[in-house]
Amino acid sequence: MAVVFDKPHALCDVATTYCPGCTHGIIHRLVAEVMDELGIEGNTIGIFPVGCSVMAYKFFECDMVGAPHGRAPAVATGIKRALPDSVVFTYQGDGDLAAIGTCETVHAAARGENITVIFVNNTIYGMTGGQMAPTTLPGQVTQTTPYGREPEIQGYPVKVCEMLATIDGTALAQRVSVDTPAHIREAKKAIKKAFENQINKKGFSLVEVLSTCPTNWGLTPVDALQRLRDEMIPYFPLGVYKDEAVWNKEEKAD
Amino acid sequence: MERVLMKGNEALAEAAIRAGCKCFFAYPITPQTEVAAYLAKNMKKRNITFLQAESELAAVNMVLGASSAGVRTMTSSSSPGISLKSEGVSYLAGSDLPAVIVNVQRGGPGLGSIQPSQSDYWQATKALGHGDFQLIVFAPASVQETVDMTIRAFEEADRYRMPVMILTDGFIGQMMEPVTFSDETPKIEPKDWAACGHKGGRKHNIINSLFLQPDELEASVDARYEKYETIKKNIHDAEIYMCDDADLVITAFGTTARVAKSAVNQAREKGIKAGLFRPKTLWPFPVEELNAACKTAKKVLSVEMSKGQMVDDIRLALNCRIPVEFFGRNGGNIPTPAEILDEIVKISERGL
Amino acid sequence: MITINFERCKGCGLCVEACPKKIIRLSEEKHNQKGYYPAECTDNSKCISCALCAMMCPDCVIKVEKGE
Repeated sequence: MAVVFDKPHALCDVATTYCPGCTHGIIHRLVAEVMDELGIEGNTIGIFPVGCSVMAYKFFECDMVGAPHGRAPAVATGIKRALPDSVVFTYQGDGDLAAIGTCETVHAAARGENITVIFVNNTIYGMTGGQMAPTTLPGQVTQTTPYGREPEIQGYPVKVCEMLATIDGTALAQRVSVDTPAHIREAKKAIKKAFENQINKKGFSLVEVLSTCPTNWGLTPVDALQRLRDEMIPYFPLGVYKDEAVWNKEEKAD
Repeated sequence: MERVLMKGNEALAEAAIRAGCKCFFAYPITPQTEVAAYLAKNMKKRNITFLQAESELAAVNMVLGASSAGVRTMTSSSSPGISLKSEGVSYLAGSDLPAVIVNVQRGGPGLGSIQPSQSDYWQATKALGHGDFQLIVFAPASVQETVDMTIRAFEEADRYRMPVMILTDGFIGQMMEPVTFSDETPKIEPKDWAACGHKGGRKHNIINSLFLQPDELEASVDARYEKYETIKKNIHDAEIYMCDDADLVITAFGTTARVAKSAVNQAREKGIKAGLFRPKTLWPFPVEELNAACKTAKKVLSVEMSKGQMVDDIRLALNCRIPVEFFGRNGGNIPTPAEILDEIVKISERGL
Repeated sequence: MITINFERCKGCGLCVEACPKKIIRLSEEKHNQKGYYPAECTDNSKCISCALCAMMCPDCVIKVEKGE
């Protein structure tokens, strides 16, 4: 019997703390698969954030460092500047990256900091029980927008890839999804590219992954994926927003 | 050994390089600016990293990252900036990470002033951030001491795996004095706990301050407090000046101690038996040294550039055995020798 | 063929949706120690080892093998 599919080495052999059907698990696996394929687990330092993925230090086999809420890109910068040849990635949710950590995100990008950022957008604060996130959609009901997000009161969602694409130091800004096997394949390619960019010293690479939160959305895991397709993708279109080496640009062949 | 004339802040920066500090992160703020400027100027020829962060929050978290990776690292700021760094300092302490934090104090609260102050004593020694933790706090009173304490701060930070603060002020930071630098290169022990990539040779290292189980968090905090007990035994230092027969002991640290020393000399000329006690470590507080200095004292006068913060620790250390009075200036004002002498005379006239 | 880690499965059902051969279902009687009703394969002989179930599984509990 040939093994077609099994747990990647870089993913710890433990049960995750995520709710049933939460797609954090899929994204974790993709990051671990990429680490395996690039053979970088022993040289990688992952930064875990505050939020549902705060327990991620238990799930990745590489060295892991905990950052205060939103500060993962700053912590990653410190590690990368201390150890320029290591591989450093942050794993951050929407509240962490696009609300409390917007400043750190934007400036890490502006510096062309040679790190990889995995940004998980599920339009809600999951860990604290479902409050409005910076990416909560207009009309979306959360614990703190019980009548639905009203832009006149709570403003508009932050489109991270679109914003970062305007920054000179950004090498890769790509939005992907994990709602179907086809999209998961795309997501893995993007994540792999974000790590390869770092290895080839090309600059700040961010992959935004649209993800679900069945528990706080109040949907079954299957219905949650449907909501992702029906409501999230139209507002947060998938695609490559910027793909351009900042540093170490390859000579273009004629 | 070379002897050079240097500004306090620049000497501190030079000392950090010589102590093996590889990564320095800061955000501009007066009156600590020269620390960053000196390191920026020297970064290429001395092979260190200087990075100006987008905020104090980012700077201290870059320190957290570099420290996690196992290198010696430092950030410097002044009072309002240190408040912003308090989040990161709490995480450094909770993650058992070594780092050197420099506070070149200025007047507060709020934006306060840009003149020297000592009103961050409580913040440095009691509550620089949320949760149960301490920093080792050194308080230099000269440029030479700034250099010596900076080098020692890196050693103690590594030895005890915790953040160490240099609590100086705008006066010592800005003044010029001759200093001597040792030619010794620091011996830095390898850090087997660092998150620098396991290279397939060990289990993954985790730098973390989260413990969701109450018993686990309690065990972690308790272990840290046991370490603090060892530190209390090993680190405590003070200068004791003319206290052998003193009726009145002046207590002061840093800048105010320099001024108070002149006042003590002038008081002696007037026949008042005054002495000076100057703590060099603010945490741990040199309790034994203070009690030894106050053997003959009938009164103690704490002189500070604040509304009276260290005075609490003086009273605690003396167990309220001796009456402790307070004189201070704030707002960025430095008390003059004449003002302190006036206080000494007044206390002496009321009877010692 | 697929092997499902009974104790690790959280019974979310994403694999059930993904399977083109419709040979995965959530158990109705057997629950694991955490109280979840894990996914089970109804007929491994029909499995084409496409691994779509494993790709959708957030908990990495499905191992897929092929051949003799």
